Amino acid sequence: MSKPKVGFYWCASCGGCEEAIIDLAEDILPVIEAVDIVFWPVALDFKRADVEAMPDGDLAVGFINGAIRTSEQHEMVELLRSKSQLIIAFGSCAHLGGIPGLANMFNRQEMFDEVYIKSPSVNNVEKVLPSEKIDIPEGKLTLPSMWDTVKTLDQVIEVDYYLPGCPPPVNLIKDALKTILSGELPPNGTVLAPDVALCEECSRRDSKPEDLALREFKRPHEIIIDPQQCLLAQGLLCLGPVTRKGCGAACINVNMPCTGCMGPTGRVTDYGAKALSAIASSVDSKDEKEIAEIFNHIVDPVGTFYRYSLPASLLHRHYQQAKSRGK
Amino acid sequence: MSNDEAIKAQFEPKIVAFFCNWCTYTAADLAGTARMVYAPNVRVVRIMCSGRLDPQFVLAALREGADGVLIGGCHPGDCHYQEGNYKALRRFTLLKSLLKSMGIEQERVRLEWIAASEGDKVQRVINEMTETVRQLGPLRLEPTIYNLIEDSLLKIPETATLAKGDEL
Amino acid sequence: MSTTEIRSNGTPKVGVYVCHCGINISSKVEISKTVEFAKTLPYVTIVRDYKFMCSDPGQELIQQDIGEGKVNRVVVASCSPLMHEPTFRNVMAKGGENPFFFQMANIREHVSWVTRNKEEGTKKAKSLIAAAVCRVALHQPLERKRVSIHPDVLIVGSGIAGIHAALTLADSGKKVYLVEREPTIGGHMAKFDKTFPTLDCAACILTPKMSAVLAHPNIILWTYSEVIGVDGFVGNFKVKVKRKPRYVNEELCVGCSECIEACVYKKARVEDEFNVGLSKRKPIYIPFPQATPLVAVIDEASCLELKRRKCKKSCVDVCEPNAIDFDQTEEIKEIDVGAIILATGFKTFDARRIFRYGYGKYNNIYTSLEVERMVNAAGPTSGEVILKSGQAPKMVAIIHCVGSRDNNTNRYCSRVCCMYSLKIAHLIKERTGAEIYNFYIDMRTPGKGYEEFYDKLLKEDVHFIRGRVAEITDWAMTPEEEGKLIIRAEDTLVGAVRRIPVDMVVLSVGLEPQADTEEVRRLFNISCSDDGWFLERHPKLAPVSTFTDGVFLAGACQGPKDIPDSVAQAGAAAAEAMALIDRGYVELDPNTAYVQEDFCSGCKTCVNICPFNAISFDGDKNVAVVNGALCKGCGTCVAACPSGSLQQNLFTDEQILNEIKGVVSYV
Repeated sequence: MSKPKVGFYWCASCGGCEEAIIDLAEDILPVIEAVDIVFWPVALDFKRADVEAMPDGDLAVGFINGAIRTSEQHEMVELLRSKSQLIIAFGSCAHLGGIPGLANMFNRQEMFDEVYIKSPSVNNVEKVLPSEKIDIPEGKLTLPSMWDTVKTLDQVIEVDYYLPGCPPPVNLIKDALKTILSGELPPNGTVLAPDVALCEECSRRDSKPEDLALREFKRPHEIIIDPQQCLLAQGLLCLGPVTRKGCGAACINVNMPCTGCMGPTGRVTDYGAKALSAIASSVDSKDEKEIAEIFNHIVDPVGTFYRYSLPASLLHRHYQQAKSRGK
Repeated sequence: MSNDEAIKAQFEPKIVAFFCNWCTYTAADLAGTARMVYAPNVRVVRIMCSGRLDPQFVLAALREGADGVLIGGCHPGDCHYQEGNYKALRRFTLLKSLLKSMGIEQERVRLEWIAASEGDKVQRVINEMTETVRQLGPLRLEPTIYNLIEDSLLKIPETATLAKGDEL
Repeated sequence: MSTTEIRSNGTPKVGVYVCHCGINISSKVEISKTVEFAKTLPYVTIVRDYKFMCSDPGQELIQQDIGEGKVNRVVVASCSPLMHEPTFRNVMAKGGENPFFFQMANIREHVSWVTRNKEEGTKKAKSLIAAAVCRVALHQPLERKRVSIHPDVLIVGSGIAGIHAALTLADSGKKVYLVEREPTIGGHMAKFDKTFPTLDCAACILTPKMSAVLAHPNIILWTYSEVIGVDGFVGNFKVKVKRKPRYVNEELCVGCSECIEACVYKKARVEDEFNVGLSKRKPIYIPFPQATPLVAVIDEASCLELKRRKCKKSCVDVCEPNAIDFDQTEEIKEIDVGAIILATGFKTFDARRIFRYGYGKYNNIYTSLEVERMVNAAGPTSGEVILKSGQAPKMVAIIHCVGSRDNNTNRYCSRVCCMYSLKIAHLIKERTGAEIYNFYIDMRTPGKGYEEFYDKLLKEDVHFIRGRVAEITDWAMTPEEEGKLIIRAEDTLVGAVRRIPVDMVVLSVGLEPQADTEEVRRLFNISCSDDGWFLERHPKLAPVSTFTDGVFLAGACQGPKDIPDSVAQAGAAAAEAMALIDRGYVELDPNTAYVQEDFCSGCKTCVNICPFNAISFDGDKNVAVVNGALCKGCGTCVAACPSGSLQQNLFTDEQILNEIKGVVSYV
């Protein structure tokens, strides 16, 4: 009986999710025993053509990390979808768009202008911009198209399960692998992590007061952070209450506020909107001007509330930038 | 008239309004009883208190195709549930800041305090806002692709359990 | 906490019923197109239209469809839910379905009555129907919680309305707390001399009722007291009443007034509030001879002993029952009541706001209330109508509509002023034989016997000039006008501007809401209408109840009215309070919040959000807990919950999000 085949692929990502697999350390050995890895660009030498040659549904599971923003990524994930029985969106970028998702605040034109022309350390007098094809003596070279908008994996193909986190915590990966290989699959679309917010596993929960009564917000570098007290109570924008647990409150344990990489719980549609609602509800003021001043401390609401989830949010991207995109 | 302007002139804005039951919804009823005519572009969703307004609702309305969102609550100090409108004010203020960063024109989302007897204010605000949004032009984001009702129905278990409160 | 298992009723089968409401809806909404559209909506199995859905046959349509298993959820597209939601929920129950599988689309108040163009109206109606269908598909069965009702009643204010309501309720066996802020009950009526149209002596008809209040075993009378806090909800109000110190023991004082005689202040120096400033009183006083309770009261602001502890206290010396007690302190009482009636009355318009009438500037210009006191035999002038000089007036002008029917002050008509102006004209004529001029805009005499009263005055030789008085001046233009007050008004029936010199002017001031109406209404959690009076639930069909269940209104606090109407309203309020209490229970709306314990992370965000303290934190289970009985169903906590674990019955996130999708994406 042949072993189930699995494939890994990475799209717009940092490579951290690939590292997370390695983080399994010796626990990766039983996995390699149990499955046949037939596609893993970062580690193994299989090519696209190999995947194309597979029959449909040949792959038991395809693990895809990274967000989608180029035509190549689009093609590859569609290819993997047709070849896989199950597709797992691995990590924040595939799940919600991740950090690359913040590029949705701009459009392609803006980014190219910034990177290739306006950036102070760039000397590009002729204003050369990358293009999708070029004819050189040796032949024609092409590059994939880059889109204005970053998308989550499920905005492009159908996704069966999600492993949240940036990167997904090792124990969650282990549990997910166990579940998938056992064959007892949860309902389609499940996020493979507990469906409760982070405060449940945070050691500082007891020190969180019932009435936060926030009147100002601090950024981590502005204060000496008390290692025992609830971070929200200290004025830091810890998004633990909004974020799914499963990471063991890793960031809080190193005295940093949660930034929300595990995404929302199952009952929330838009992570950032819920986060801002929870934070705003805890503010102590009834005066319109005073309230506005308190929120001035939150200098970058999008970066704060949609750090990992902008493409997955209800608005998806910056509106004006989309309207004014030049093509 | 340029093409853009022509489109704007024809365009009928779709505005979703969230009205609190005790003040704004009652005021809108009063406007009806008094036969005050106003622009038909605002469609009302009734909630018990403006404090129920989750910012997700505002974004969902814009996502589904609304060009603007109007939120109506009781005047500060007058909330039927004491403080719900203050919560609404705080959330709305932060939401406005977020929408600004996202490039959505500020005038598309408006919070208005309307008392139960201010039927005329309902008329005025709706007319004003319809015109404002008409000038801004359509927003018309691509609506969600999945079937909300089906998904939501799947989430409801066959037998729902209800908790009984303590008897007094 | 026990739980009840309730079965959801399976796949949604939505019935849509579109009402014509006669032509109210059908004139501005194309019913047939709406019906066709509704058929295309998801889960809709039946669509019907009918002339009057709220009528019996209309209701039958729904009941039958439910009974035959054709529908298990209902949308009625008709008037406002504030109008008929309870009606149709009842129909659901009668049909055998849970009443909360129901949603209304308001296509009358929000569409047909406010839209000019039929095409636009139809489009809007469609979107609201789509919204209702999408929403109702996700409704869950809900149960109304029953809570018992405390049988006692609180009545705030003891003018004629408060008194009548108190007696009615007390007679039926209910225990009534009657709280009055003045040291005596009686309100404005106690100040009047005669009442229109019968010219009954006000005191003669009022004082027996006042005595009855004092004597009634079921009435707990707390005068010189104010309500300072109201908590709870219908049937279960917890009220805090502050009893201000009189410095006289109510149980011991016999009302002999010896203390007043003996007071170290030989001359009265304090403005007498009861006599509207026309006379003075001493720091220790009894408001008027028939004050109820007949107990002296000492005014902190003017009493030497209370201000400086330096008085020889001759009042104490002469008090045989030893009733005076300078050590009395304010007492806070906490009571439980099931219903509250507000009968806090009115105040008169401040005539100083109309400069050109010269009130406060010239002598011998009085407000109607001041004249009531003058004309009263027990008043500051022993019933004599006299000028500042002590002489009787020979020419008197009575100016109607002072402060009323005026864009600059109050737009409304104060309803009683024409009648009392006629009454005052009659009384002054009777006492002094003076020539009287009534300056009016319209004569509003609608009540029983009122027009006949006007006839009577017409026959009494009183002059009636139809014209709004422009100015009252002392600037004489002819020798006859010297030393007089000259009324300048256009006599519209004659078509000329006239100058009429008089000795005395009576300003018929309008009625206004009390000065502290804003604070009072917040205390009781009710609203005020645009003109400042307490807001009734419905101007025609529910004039004595408010939007806050359990709080009722009686008398002028709801709007200007005369004594017969105040008494009638007081009886109505008492009846409604009685109905509430006798029912024995109240059914709470089930749109309360609940915590899905399995999903709650114990983040505590919600705990302090609730202004009714309905949410607490369970330190053992580390989850939030909602007390369903205290929860009022506002949903603020639900919007705050960062993980969506708190939801609100009937207003869940799913239901509202679907309603939004329905309202925007179909049309």
